[in-house]
Amino acid sequence: MWTTEIKPRRSLFDLNLREIWQYRDLTLLFVKRDFIAQYKQTILGPLWFLLQPLFSTVIFTIIFSRVARIPTDNVPPFLFYMAGNVVWGYFSNCFNATSTTFVTNAAIFGKVYFARLVMPLSNVITRLFMFIIQFGLFAAFYGYFLMKGAPIRPNIWILSMPLLLLQMALMGLGFGILISSLTTKYRDLSFLVAFGVQLWMYATPIVYPLSQIPAKYRLLMNLNPMTSVVEVFRFAFLGQGTVSAEGIWCSLIETLLVLVIGTVLFNRVEKTFMDTV
Amino acid sequence: MSDTVIKIENLWKEYRYGAVSHRYLFKDVQSWWARVCGREDPNAKIEAPGMGGSPMRDPGNDRFWALRDISAEIRQGEVLGIIGRNGAGKSTLLKILSRVTAPTRGSVKIKGRIGSLLEVGTGFHPELTGRENIFLNGAILGMRKAEITAKFDQIVAFAEVERFIDTPVKRYSSGMYVRLAFAVAAHLDPEILVVDEVLAVGDVEFQKKCLGKMGAISQEGRTVLFVSHNMESIRKLCKSCMHLQAGKVIEYGDCEPIVQSYVGNRGEASTGGAFDLLPAEKPPEGYCCEACIEDTSSRPASVLLVGQEWQLRVRFRISKPLDHFIVGLGVSSRMQGSLWTTWTTPRSIAIGDYTIVFQQDQIFFSGGRYYVNIGLSCFERPFFYREEALPIDISPVSIKNDIVRTQGIGCIVNHLRYRIERNDS
Repeated sequence: MWTTEIKPRRSLFDLNLREIWQYRDLTLLFVKRDFIAQYKQTILGPLWFLLQPLFSTVIFTIIFSRVARIPTDNVPPFLFYMAGNVVWGYFSNCFNATSTTFVTNAAIFGKVYFARLVMPLSNVITRLFMFIIQFGLFAAFYGYFLMKGAPIRPNIWILSMPLLLLQMALMGLGFGILISSLTTKYRDLSFLVAFGVQLWMYATPIVYPLSQIPAKYRLLMNLNPMTSVVEVFRFAFLGQGTVSAEGIWCSLIETLLVLVIGTVLFNRVEKTFMDTV
Repeated sequence: MSDTVIKIENLWKEYRYGAVSHRYLFKDVQSWWARVCGREDPNAKIEAPGMGGSPMRDPGNDRFWALRDISAEIRQGEVLGIIGRNGAGKSTLLKILSRVTAPTRGSVKIKGRIGSLLEVGTGFHPELTGRENIFLNGAILGMRKAEITAKFDQIVAFAEVERFIDTPVKRYSSGMYVRLAFAVAAHLDPEILVVDEVLAVGDVEFQKKCLGKMGAISQEGRTVLFVSHNMESIRKLCKSCMHLQAGKVIEYGDCEPIVQSYVGNRGEASTGGAFDLLPAEKPPEGYCCEACIEDTSSRPASVLLVGQEWQLRVRFRISKPLDHFIVGLGVSSRMQGSLWTTWTTPRSIAIGDYTIVFQQDQIFFSGGRYYVNIGLSCFERPFFYREEALPIDISPVSIKNDIVRTQGIGCIVNHLRYRIERNDS
């Protein structure tokens, strides 16, 4: 007969998915807000979504391909780096945005209740739209190189693309809410995230192909859950990539693990974080 | 009873003073490592030896209970006013009811959807237009998009912002902003509405409109919980009242008698001496030690007469050299809220003990009990503030010994110079 019961602490795994579903309108409105707010009063507006990956790809091509002469498995370097950039961009954006959930939204969270997971979820969806725009850019260059007859072979793995996206979203969300729950207590973690993501990129085959890594270190590389995502993506579109079953499994299991731990911690923190922030 | 919509059972809420942990992972790891090695924790607070008291820190010392064992049953359609001094636990109670924070012990059971208004305009984004903000804010407060669409015209009309609905709210005047924010909230349709002092916004006309709207909401049989320092609006709106003091319910029942006793007809007797203002935790910049209301011959005065010359003596200590230092003084009444504020011109001040004496030729309040609020600030940032630091009792007798009316004359009695001349001379 009681609709709500407010108690000191929830059980560990009490994730109220139905409640999150009830706030679906709010989720989408937050997405809209982020879009509008981000590029209002900028001259180029949403064009920035395209300029960011374009510039980094050009710079990567010059530095890593022309200067450092890192081979790219016979794939045109420009396309190789753009694929890496677009994929990494989505993951790191999700991670960065969700990792500050509590600190950024302390003002709203302190005044009104709604399912707190709505915030990081809306972040991930906002970034998804940005990814789609950037993927469009990649697709355009992809078409151009295909017409020129570059040695790239798209294959059936392209169909795994939605799953890859979902995995990246969940991974970014998982790591993000994990960190955001910890930052309510330990502020120094936010500094760690800022350059940690940079370093993480170099531990992921973004600026080099996994095939360049000696076989004995592959296992180590596969412990990084993003490794297999990037390699599968490249393999699907470019026909070059080092895809292994253990890499994929490792990545999937890690994603789930991080997501579960992140959700548990997030649920725990959301009830009382207002007293500590 | 079956029509109880909120059941609060033995609710306790504990807060801790200061940081919950060291806030730095590095230091926590350091402390942990020291414990593992059996060494002294490098981050433990250093206790001065031989200062008296136990060398161990009393774990109960840095915690305090904001709510202590609150139980209540609130029935369907009840309009409950929650009153009490600052720090009595009113806001904490509302925060728990609106699920912003969780209780430490006890539980609250709620029947129906609860809408809370702890602030107007939560989540308003300055770059979004009025229209976009209505949808966003409505959704934050728990409305579905379809509901907002259905009420959209009503909300805009209530806020009186029809012409600017597609303008970003950062271009709104503060009045328009607040009106729009309240309008969204007022059109929430929860069975239970929790409101925290939001009526203290907007102009008088709009405040009336808000009070009217809240009255209408309660007429519809919905339950309203309302926190306010303004006894007039509590009286107008509420049928029942809960008086909190130091985290406990001291009275709960019919509104009028509780408001009466709170306003101070039965209040603590004034001692007429100096009031101790020493804070529990001394700010690093300085603090007030004591304050005293006196007559012009510097004798403590327990009661002032209407129009009497008076002075307020405040002793304070400055613990480090400050620039742009200001002493602020305010007078408030529990009935009307803040009435009057004054402050000194900014100056630099050296370390030391000081006394400041404020003097006024005629106290211009009518009979009743008022309170003095005292603050110290540095570059507009208050580092010491004490609300209701000491009471001023004014007897309804003027300095010329005639009885002054107290009912219906307002709280300011101020004489104007005037002359009466015949026009037909």
